[in-house]
Amino acid sequence: MQSTAAIEQLAGKGAARAARRRLKGGGGADARPHWWNYVMLGVIIALFAAPLYYALLLASSDAGTIARTPIPSLLPQGNLWSNLQQVIGSDINFWSALWNSVIVSVVTSVSVVFFATLAGFAFSKLRFRGRRGLLLFVIATMAVPVQLGVIPLFIVMSRLGWVGDLKAVILPMLVTAFGVFWMTQYLEDALPFELIEAARVDGCNLLQTYWNVALPASRGAGAMLFLFTFVGSWTNFFWPFIVLRGSEVTLPVALQQLQAAYFKDYSLIMSGVVISVVPLLLLFLVVGRQLVHGIMQGAVKG
Amino acid sequence: MTISTRPPRASRAPAPSADGPAPRAAWRTVLSRLDARCTPYVFIAPFFLLFLVTGLFPILYTSFVSLHDWDLIRGQGDFVGLANYEAVLASDSFYKALRNTFSIFLLSSVPQVVAAILIAYVLDANLRAKTFWRMGVLVPYIVAPVAVSLIFGKIFADQSGVINNLLMGVGLPAIGWHSDALASHVAIATMVNFRWTGYNALIFLAAMQAVPREIYEAAIIDGTNRMRRFVHVTVPMLRPTIIFVVITSTIGGLQIFDEPRMFDTGGQGGASRQWMTMTMYLYELGWGPQISFGKASAVAWLLFLIILVIGVVNFLITRRIASSGGPARGKR
Repeated sequence: MQSTAAIEQLAGKGAARAARRRLKGGGGADARPHWWNYVMLGVIIALFAAPLYYALLLASSDAGTIARTPIPSLLPQGNLWSNLQQVIGSDINFWSALWNSVIVSVVTSVSVVFFATLAGFAFSKLRFRGRRGLLLFVIATMAVPVQLGVIPLFIVMSRLGWVGDLKAVILPMLVTAFGVFWMTQYLEDALPFELIEAARVDGCNLLQTYWNVALPASRGAGAMLFLFTFVGSWTNFFWPFIVLRGSEVTLPVALQQLQAAYFKDYSLIMSGVVISVVPLLLLFLVVGRQLVHGIMQGAVKG
Repeated sequence: MTISTRPPRASRAPAPSADGPAPRAAWRTVLSRLDARCTPYVFIAPFFLLFLVTGLFPILYTSFVSLHDWDLIRGQGDFVGLANYEAVLASDSFYKALRNTFSIFLLSSVPQVVAAILIAYVLDANLRAKTFWRMGVLVPYIVAPVAVSLIFGKIFADQSGVINNLLMGVGLPAIGWHSDALASHVAIATMVNFRWTGYNALIFLAAMQAVPREIYEAAIIDGTNRMRRFVHVTVPMLRPTIIFVVITSTIGGLQIFDEPRMFDTGGQGGASRQWMTMTMYLYELGWGPQISFGKASAVAWLLFLIILVIGVVNFLITRRIASSGGPARGKR
């Protein structure tokens, strides 16, 4: 507590004692929090979890029960399995939607990490003409709404015959401005120039330097970018909804089809919701820590 | 990309003098210089190429389409000048969509920022099992907006919804969550808040932890209580982060589509379009019964202009707030 020592010198012992007492009473930065912190957090998280639990309750019930009791019993019923089977076996092909979502999310995430790191490496560590201006341009494109290009993009896709094809969803998301910006920011600090010079002295060309030095150095931020892109692709709706058709859809579009086809049976609709949420929830249990870390890190820098 | 085929110099080092080192070394210098000069552009090229194809070209093409009669089936028609813009600006639906979009945006952004700061404040303590609590508030973020909308669509159902039945259970009148415009906006804003409040809370938490602890200690020594420290130290120190969150949520919020689209089965924004947003209007013009890509493109441009204007206004307001004298200024 240097601060109180300074006070003692400047204002005398009495003032220093009062300051120390206040610091102790007011709870210094490292003190354990009051129990009400935990209670409030518990309530907040319960509020956030309640809608998901509600979906599970309905998914395990049946249409008749749901119609009779608007406020469901708080324990799941036994129909979850049969409802899931009915949804998967329906004419809306949830297996293929699940598989399509996996393909789209994995391909776009891998591609975004690869190309964004490549560009981020160039923007943060290589000197070339127009670097500042081009980086500003990348950042500016983040403010352009997707909607602005959707109509011509659709016209182009239908010319190519890609309407109803996953390629039409994957292509525009192969590399994002956010990703480039994110990796540029990260590599600026995380990759020392000495390391690049060492690789160059060892005879690596720039691509080899990227592969052997920059890519390994960006593992942490790359993993976070992967997760962000994965969640973004998994939950993306607007463009897939426009360009995908029939049975070649991703999960959010399949949910829309489910709602349109079975709007009277909430047990089936919520079963579809469960199918779309559970895979990402499982992933979240494993890597949620990194996601939290990524959001907080991005906040301080951005 | 010819450079990439060249193996590292180190692997060649053992036998340099075997076959004429001089021209080889010169060639290598040329390659190396070429590498340093050109490769950076190759590295950033993928983004710019993709943006050209899926971003810039469509944007320019949108303005071209917006000046024509154009539809899904017959394709390009006559040049009509600004007729599409006139038609859109003369229609009631456009203003309704504009009103709804702003209403939903305000109802979701303001409470969200306030709630996120409060949650961050509770999280900003030396908690046990920190990661557990932080992950807990982030769970809604991984749920697709479409799924969120299906769940809340049922919770806010007019007849059989949870909320209305709870209200009636305690003797209050039921609310027309789908029939009343403002109520439907509240319901949709609730979905947005559900998904993003925890996410933003983590952003604010990071900013709070970046506040130097000495400032808090100084405030404690000055004899302030928790409440005053929160209002006079924490919140002012968060200003740049608040600006960041507000600006990003503006860009996203004005484009809202998923939640209102899925709020009922019809997906057109209600019987009298009471919750139809700008993007839903765009979709309906382009792919609905009107199938007018021309008018939809006009809406796309108008939406972009609105976002630009709001962005500038946002920037000016937040800059004024950030620079207007607050208690934090003396301490910064």
